[in-house]
Amino acid sequence: MNKENIKAHKFGMVIDLDKCTGCGSCMVSCMSENNVPFKEDESNKKDSITWMRVYKLTNGKSFPDTEIVYLPRPCQHCGGKGDHGHSPCVSVCPATATDYGYDTGIVSQIYTRCFGCRYCMGACPYHARYFNWWDPKWPEGMEKYLSPNVSPRMRGVVEKCSFCYHRYQAARDKAYYDGREDIEENEYQTACTTACPAGAIVFGDLNNPAHRVHEIVKPDPHPASNNPNVVGKSRNPNVFRLLERLGTNPKVYYLSEREWVRKAGDNYLEGEWDKIKNHHGSESHG
Amino acid sequence: MSKKESENGSAESAGECTAGDTKDDKGLGLGVIFFIVAFVICFLSGTLLFPKLLYSKKEQPFNFNHALHVGEAGSCDSCHSLREDGSFSGIPTLDKCMECHTEEPLGETKDEAVFAEMYVAKEKEVPWYVYSKQPDCVFFSHAAHTQVKPGGAGMDCVTCHGPIGETTASRPYEENRITGYSRDIWGKNIWGIKKHSWDRMKMDDCAACHKTETGHQGYCFQCHK
Repeated sequence: MNKENIKAHKFGMVIDLDKCTGCGSCMVSCMSENNVPFKEDESNKKDSITWMRVYKLTNGKSFPDTEIVYLPRPCQHCGGKGDHGHSPCVSVCPATATDYGYDTGIVSQIYTRCFGCRYCMGACPYHARYFNWWDPKWPEGMEKYLSPNVSPRMRGVVEKCSFCYHRYQAARDKAYYDGREDIEENEYQTACTTACPAGAIVFGDLNNPAHRVHEIVKPDPHPASNNPNVVGKSRNPNVFRLLERLGTNPKVYYLSEREWVRKAGDNYLEGEWDKIKNHHGSESHG
Repeated sequence: MSKKESENGSAESAGECTAGDTKDDKGLGLGVIFFIVAFVICFLSGTLLFPKLLYSKKEQPFNFNHALHVGEAGSCDSCHSLREDGSFSGIPTLDKCMECHTEEPLGETKDEAVFAEMYVAKEKEVPWYVYSKQPDCVFFSHAAHTQVKPGGAGMDCVTCHGPIGETTASRPYEENRITGYSRDIWGKNIWGIKKHSWDRMKMDDCAACHKTETGHQGYCFQCHK
């Protein structure tokens, strides 16, 4: 048996939407960390690539009741139905260019293996995947500033957030050097987490009760009573996931004290929200 | 060809020829000879000519005597060491060489003279070709493989790199003209047959060893970036 499988990590993050100011530092740090190419016209959203993208939500009310919230959206690293690793994108990839790492819970994307059919983009409910319509063009000399830890992509392949996997690899290298078997919580943090000036993003191991992300999310390890496909639902009443009822089981959680924000995480029929808004992960399971 | 045959169509008449018409045996024999000759030509050009065309040979900046240096410095990690953050330093930089070498040559080889003249005097790094350089999409952790257990696998350098420490001369670097990768990735044998664990460094070789040693070939991101 693989040693890594015995002590499997499940890396995830929780984003405090009440803290997020929408400054976009996460987007910038993500792009520079991961050699994400930028376009001549970044406002052309059919062409631009944003592994981390900040969306603007509003409660739709007029002044003085208007409220705005900014929602950063990285790849959700779905565990799929029942959290068995059958993520929507992994299930449809005909090239095995994306797989689910059972040791980390991270969904990979292998650019050299991808042939650009874009099934995964159609399957992803979160629009987290992007297609390279063109080869990246760096201003002269800038290619020397690219990170050697992330391979740049060519035209014709799909790319997405990797939870800065190269940082995990670097942390593991250090642990190997020190003769430790595992890494510390602060050794592996994604670029967006470290760049957020508001401290709105908390990243760590959802399987490790000592990690801050686990303390906030308190994931329920058992399937939800009203939907067996949903595993890892938060027992914190203020924490929700995007389109949680689909059973994609994202590892990105959102936190807000405002009800309209939590409601914005999914679409509800009239009157439906009131019935399910108080349904959280069971408190009874330790 | 008779009138009757042409009425029957060409497919049938072709069938009759191969069926053993004595008149056409000569043609069959020629066909076999042609096939054999063509096969031999293709086979020889594939095995002898194709590798020569596929790979371009490049000489290292100057000859490096590994055996001599191992004798003086000790083991592999005297020069090829892990940094404190766990990353691998690879081929030593000039600073590392100058820990032992001085402005004055240590020995009498002409290679050292080239080294002193062309690189030390000009404070220029030696542009070595790296035989084992992997493609850009590959992540490889030396620490994970060479560090002792329980963390690392505790492997010897020789297992993957071969007895390079016993060589007295640098072999030419062979670059695949199509991919730009070192020939050591595919291996010297054009058929891909390997006799030693260090003969090839393709993904399948990594996966095979991972499967036997760790019970799982690993997920994509373990070795890709």
